[in-house]
Parts: sequence; C-alpha cells; structure tokens
Amino acid sequence: MNWKVYFRGVSVVARKDMRIYYRKAPVFIFGLILPTFLFFAFFVGRELDINKYFPGFLAMSLFFTSSSVGPLIVPWEKQQGTFERLLSYPVSISTIVLGDTIAGALFGLLISSIVAAAGILIIPISVTSIALIFVAFILGNLCFSGLGVLLSSPGGRAPANIMMLAALVRFPLIFISGIFIPLSGMTGAAKYITYCSPLTYLVDALNHSMGQAYVFSWWTDLLVLAGFMVVFVAVAIAVLKRKSLKGL
Amino acid sequence: MPALEVRNLKKRFGDVQAVDDVSFSVEPREFFGLLGPNGAGKTTIIRMITGVLKPEAGSVLIEGIDLRSQFLEAKMKMGVIPEIGNIYPDLSARENIDLVGRFYGLSKATRQERTAKLLSDLGLKDRADDYARKFSKGMRQRVSIACAMVHEPPILILDEPTEGLDVMSRRLIVDKVKEMNRNGSTVILTTHNIEEANRLCQRVCIVNKGRIVAIDTPERLRRTTEKMQTVEVGFDKKVEPQWFISEFINRAEQCNEKWRFYTEDPDKAIEHIVKVKERQGLKILSLSTSGPTLEDVFVKLCEVPG
Repeated sequence: MNWKVYFRGVSVVARKDMRIYYRKAPVFIFGLILPTFLFFAFFVGRELDINKYFPGFLAMSLFFTSSSVGPLIVPWEKQQGTFERLLSYPVSISTIVLGDTIAGALFGLLISSIVAAAGILIIPISVTSIALIFVAFILGNLCFSGLGVLLSSPGGRAPANIMMLAALVRFPLIFISGIFIPLSGMTGAAKYITYCSPLTYLVDALNHSMGQAYVFSWWTDLLVLAGFMVVFVAVAIAVLKRKSLKGL
Repeated sequence: MPALEVRNLKKRFGDVQAVDDVSFSVEPREFFGLLGPNGAGKTTIIRMITGVLKPEAGSVLIEGIDLRSQFLEAKMKMGVIPEIGNIYPDLSARENIDLVGRFYGLSKATRQERTAKLLSDLGLKDRADDYARKFSKGMRQRVSIACAMVHEPPILILDEPTEGLDVMSRRLIVDKVKEMNRNGSTVILTTHNIEEANRLCQRVCIVNKGRIVAIDTPERLRRTTEKMQTVEVGFDKKVEPQWFISEFINRAEQCNEKWRFYTEDPDKAIEHIVKVKERQGLKILSLSTSGPTLEDVFVKLCEVPG
C-alpha cells in the first residue's frame, strides 16, 4: 500500500466534501436548525438549571451537526453521476469513507466549538477540564460523523431517502442518551437502554468536563466513543465495498 | 511490456455471466477500441480495468503493475472517463480540474498551468470560473476530458466519451485525445460509433455476450468478411429484390434511391445484374463497389438482427 497516495486521497476527498456539501440545504436543516429548535422547545419557558443541562445540549448539537454531512455525500454523488468517476481516481472505498468521515467531523467540530464557546463565555458555564472537552469533541465528532457515513453506505442514489433513514436513527438516540433526563437519575431498564447509545458516553464525558454528575469514568467514556467510532467506520467501509455500484 | 494486459477476466451478476474469460493486451502508444452492442459487457470490462469493480477471476496489469495487489499505484497510471462520469456541478470548470490534479499529487503551479492550458485547448477559457451546473452537456464533457488528462496519464481510458455530443464538442474532444496519443499516451476507447472507432483505432476488440468475438485491425477485420462486399446500383425504374438474388448475390437491400447487393464475387455479381437489367429493360444510372465496412463486420459478428 502506498500510504502517501492513500492519505492524500483521504485529504482530497475531505476537502472536496467540505467545499461542496457544507452548503447543502439538508446539512443546514438537519445539522443546525433542528438542534436549535429542539433546544428552544426544551428550555424556553421552563425553570431549568442551564449548567446541569448544557453538557447534554452541547452533545446534542455536536451529534446533529457531525452526523448531518455523512448521510448526504454518497447518495448525492450517485445521483449526480460523480461517484463512479471518484472511484476511478487513485482512491479506495476506505479512502472515501475516511474522507467523508473527516469532513463531517470537522463540520461538527466547528459548530460544537462555537456552541461551547458561547456557553462558556456568555452563560457562563463552568469548566473543570478543557482537555477532556477537546478529546471528547474529537472522538465524538469522528464517531457520529462515521455513523452518518454508515447510514448512507447501503443506500442507492436518493439523498431524501437516506436523510429520512438518518432522522429515524438519530431522533430515538437523543431521547435515550441522557440529554433531556440526566444519566445519574436513570434507573431500571431505561438505564441499560441508555448504555447502548454512543451518545450517552459523550454526554457523560461532557458532564465530567463541566463539573456535572456523571456515571462512568472519563476514560471509559472516551474508550467507548473510540470503540463505536472504529465500528461505525469499519462497517461503513465493509458495506460500501459491497454496495458501491448500487444505484449507478 | 504492454501498457495494459487483461488476463482471463470474469464477472457474473446473478445468473448473467457479464464477462466471460476475457483476455487482451494493449501496446504502449496504441489507440485501442472496445466495441460491442448494448449489454455486451464493455462497461463491466472497463470498470474492472479501472478498479471500480472487482473481478471474480483474472487479473489486470497496468504497465506491469498488478491492479489487485498495487491498487493505488496502478490507478495513478490511468486517466479515466467512466460511462457515468459527470463532473461536480457545484464546482467551476477550473475547480473540477484542480481537484483531480490534487488526487494525483500535482503541485499547485503544475495544476494551475495545466488547467489553464486544457481550458484553453478545449474552448472553455472564458467559462473557466462558471459553475459546471450552468454548462451544456458538451461543455461538461469537455471539462470531464480535461479532468482525465490533467495528470498526463500514460493510459487514457474513455468509456463512450463522445456519446450524444454536438459536432463541435466531439471534434474538440477527439482532437485532444489524438494529441495525447501522439504525445505518447495509450488510449482505450469504448464507443457505439463504429465510424469513429474505424477512423481512430489501430486495433479494435469486438465484445458480445461477455466474450471477445474478434480482435484485430479494422482493415483485417473487414477482410475476414469477404461475403460482405457490396455492389451499389442506381436504376431508372422500380425493381424487385428477388430479380437479383442468385448464387452470386446473397442479399439485396434498398438504400435511399439505390440498391445494395451483397456478394463474395463483385465481378460475377455485376455480370448477373447486367443480365437482369437487360431482361427487365432497366437502365443503370450509377454503379459502385465497396468492401465490407467495420459496421458490417460488427453486425455479422454480434448477430444483430437486420
């Protein structure tokens, strides 16, 4: 394997995605507008402790933005007829998946950093570990961007269908991940369902970093997020290898 | 060493054997055509050669580099226009070409210089910074060919690059491809346009039902089909084809105002036509003979009805 060509391919794919897909309407709608509406729907008019719920809101915003680019790219390219051409360049399927994942993660990183900075500077939210926020952001964005790419990998050439599927997967996750109900207050079966969601571990890591009640150790959170990330990306590569020509 | 060597390629989709034990090689600097009717397996072969599709069996060597074991190195040698190979509509012509240059690791200065030259050569200089979504099909295809050429690949693989284009765009693209070939690139072209293949290709490979049915120069292929020689005659009156069918004439068909008679022996056929003319009181207005066209060979080998 020529690693220089490989990593150059990853970086050019990511660059191409950033140049083209950050400006697409579905990315704005599902990545920015939707989490903002959810925030207002939950917080406005209620006497809630913003410090307590901010890590959850931040995790939700990161989750939506980082997973909004991935589902769009492959179906959009298949629909536009650019995907086969992309496959003919010196890239492999894993190059494309990694490039798409990085593009989604950088978008999520940018938006969630703005939200975090606004929270810290304006509210102000107290922070106990800025390093933990940074690492959780990196892993969380890669993990959920990988999830977004995974959702699009078995699909054909209809972005609308994939965005619908993505919404079906993403919405339940935000309700079982300790965003609206604190993780520390969960009991019984709900607690175990919550443990299955990767978003839970991001919320928990951010609770750690902002001095709020947490359930797992911070390294468990980061390790599980990294594990989910590897699984999402690996499965996306395996599925796209089988389905790369679907819809062409 | 051949520029491209394809050995025993096989690919099956469900019950259909799309490509069945296909082998051929293309010499450096050769202009090689891949012809076949729709569904013959041309695009599947091209997809396997370009690494888009994995073969079930067989191997592809690009300048001696095995595509399976040295996937990226082999792909670096190729410039490809796939069958469904659009450019990015949300990027300008210049950005599209620049993006491809990045994939092949060209420096910024080289990308800028080659992009400017290609845009100028392909008549797109004035539209270089317009979004490709505003372009006509012909203009998009010109950008597409520029994308395939920006890294000056030793092997250029073009899957029906002039299909459905206007005369101007077709000519610009063909001229540019010929120039690349003159400058040392090997060209592999698939096309439905048999006249184009006849004019451009040094050798053609005719594929049907996933198998190679012929591979040779257009001239030699024409000579293999001697029965396809024709005598074309214009008469002053309406004639009936059955008047002419004989041991010397296999088939007669009307082409506009003239009749085309297929024969193995034009001399005997003309003698017979003259006899019929005298018997039926006809007058010959024009007469010409010609050998089989590549299209005749193609039709015969691929058993296309008609």
